[in-house]
Amino acid sequence: MKKKESEELEEVVLESGIEVKSVYGPEDVKELNFEEKIGQPGEYPFTRGIHPEMYRKRPWTMRQYSGFGTPKETNERFKWLLQQGQTALNVAFDLPTQLGLDSDDPFAEEEVGRVGMAIDTLEDMEQAFQDIPIERISTSLTINSVASVLLVMYLAVAEKQGISWDQVRGTTQNDILKEYIGRGTWIFPVEPSIRLIGDMVEFCSQNVPKFNPFSVCGYHIRESGATPVQEMAYAFLIAITYIQEVLERGLKIDEFAGRIAFNFDIHGNLWEQVAKFRAGRRLWAGIIKERFGAQNPRSMTLRMIAGGGGGGLTVQQPENNIVRGAYYALISALSGTQTMALCSYDEAYTIPSKKAALISLRTMQILVDEMGLRDTVDPLGGAYYIEWLTNEMEKKIVECMERVESTGGMVKAVQQGHIQREMSHQAYIREKKIQSGEIIKIGVNKYVMVEETADIELHPFNPEVAREKKEKLGEIKARRDGGEVKKALAELEKAARTEDNVMPHLLNAVKSYATLGEITRVFKGIFGEFHEPKGL
Amino acid sequence: MVALALKDAGMEVIYTGLHRSIEEILKTALEEDVDVIGMSIYSGAHLSLSKKLMDGLEKRGIADKLVLIGGNIPQKDITALEECGVDGVFPVGSKLDAIIQFIKTKFRERNEKKGV
Repeated sequence: MKKKESEELEEVVLESGIEVKSVYGPEDVKELNFEEKIGQPGEYPFTRGIHPEMYRKRPWTMRQYSGFGTPKETNERFKWLLQQGQTALNVAFDLPTQLGLDSDDPFAEEEVGRVGMAIDTLEDMEQAFQDIPIERISTSLTINSVASVLLVMYLAVAEKQGISWDQVRGTTQNDILKEYIGRGTWIFPVEPSIRLIGDMVEFCSQNVPKFNPFSVCGYHIRESGATPVQEMAYAFLIAITYIQEVLERGLKIDEFAGRIAFNFDIHGNLWEQVAKFRAGRRLWAGIIKERFGAQNPRSMTLRMIAGGGGGGLTVQQPENNIVRGAYYALISALSGTQTMALCSYDEAYTIPSKKAALISLRTMQILVDEMGLRDTVDPLGGAYYIEWLTNEMEKKIVECMERVESTGGMVKAVQQGHIQREMSHQAYIREKKIQSGEIIKIGVNKYVMVEETADIELHPFNPEVAREKKEKLGEIKARRDGGEVKKALAELEKAARTEDNVMPHLLNAVKSYATLGEITRVFKGIFGEFHEPKGL
Repeated sequence: MVALALKDAGMEVIYTGLHRSIEEILKTALEEDVDVIGMSIYSGAHLSLSKKLMDGLEKRGIADKLVLIGGNIPQKDITALEECGVDGVFPVGSKLDAIIQFIKTKFRERNEKKGV
């Protein structure tokens, strides 16, 4: 936004490059065919929402991200969150777990239990979900390169609790392509990683029908520097890549598309975000119907978790982040999300304190019960500006997708590092604009308070966690049947070498108490490792 | 982002990528004969990892490298980092220009000392 010396806004250009006029009217949407482009909520093309009644029927699911330290500590936090009225869990794992390393791995030192829960064997998962009614909640496992392992661990826990797999609900994040672009916890090269996703989808469609085997994350791509248009375009291209992998195995689109989930980011311009989601729903429905020939309307719905983006929060004047979080939650509700998670106000510093996590949860609860967000579906629908902007966003997303597809597709773009380089350059340019004041951030480059000190309670880190975990791992290794572990790992290796689905073999391996690290080493031996493309 | 800013400021940058071990960083620093080592840590392990890095530099006889630490560093840890020998700490929210100026100033001072 350019500004004259006066308070007047001279010109408004959204992050996605769309210029905005000061007033919109009927002439801006006169080409718009209501039935075809907007329609009824719960009906194709789902512009207004994926359910006919949306929040009238049930408010959005509230799922704050949590997990730290030992499985026991995480278990306590889970129970506390459920007691506070949270309706689902969103599990954070520590970096070693995300990279497939055991707690006794020398490379894992210093990191065990820091940014999430440390998992080595099935026993840890058993402990994390002890006395938690798995059949009544849905659980999101925020794990990617080793998602297949964590999924079978979760299924084994369900089995041990006597819960049948058709009752197990949840999501594994399991979006490896965005890890190469933004989040960074890859292990294996691109192609075998996509194969593992295919194995999971195939396995879940046959055995765990209520589970979403992957959640495509525009979120992290946006956090890495993407515009809202790129966020949607790249997420769709990634989802298409996974769909193609599964179709090649002979599954029909309607057998699994209804279980595809998305994870999107919210920060920045309110109207641009709302239009982004409305355009995204319409576009995705069209892709699944037209390109992939789906018949079942459920397959065509863009089901999402959309939450308050960490990228919008600031280290400076951290309490302002509570306010930002509330606006992000509002945007998310106006956009028709299925699940909401908010970054807590202290998240620019630390793992959220109990107090901060509770404020985030209460923010969403206040919206549900006090502000009328449940009253009517898509309340902004029909506004000249919103409908016009929805059209513009849709056009831009399509253009962005076509650019990547015409130059060899998403897998190639990621393998060669094109997307990664584009994102880091954009992030750099954005940061320069913030530092120069061209993009305004309150407390950072406007209304700055020099005397402020960050008065935030930091999440205490317990260095004992690593020692405790190492000891426990040693005990399990001594206790388990070594012959059985060896046999299970050999079977897994055999399956990974061929085109067999690895999932049943993975399940046997975790049930023998093979460690995450041991399983990852088997995969590394066959698949190799990904190397970051060189060059800035 | 910092790598791009330094490059823009005319410096040669070797970006090692994510999740490098201290050993790998030391190896790259030796092989490439760098002047400055920058390490960014978001997980909270900055104190112990920085100590490891400084010990490693000492052991290899290259303690003269300028060491910068960035990332998610609480205010209260900055002194501790400086005490273990880190030259500059730039937490999230630092100005890119401040990092560039810091490096330039340090090198000017060093060169003046050396009488270059």
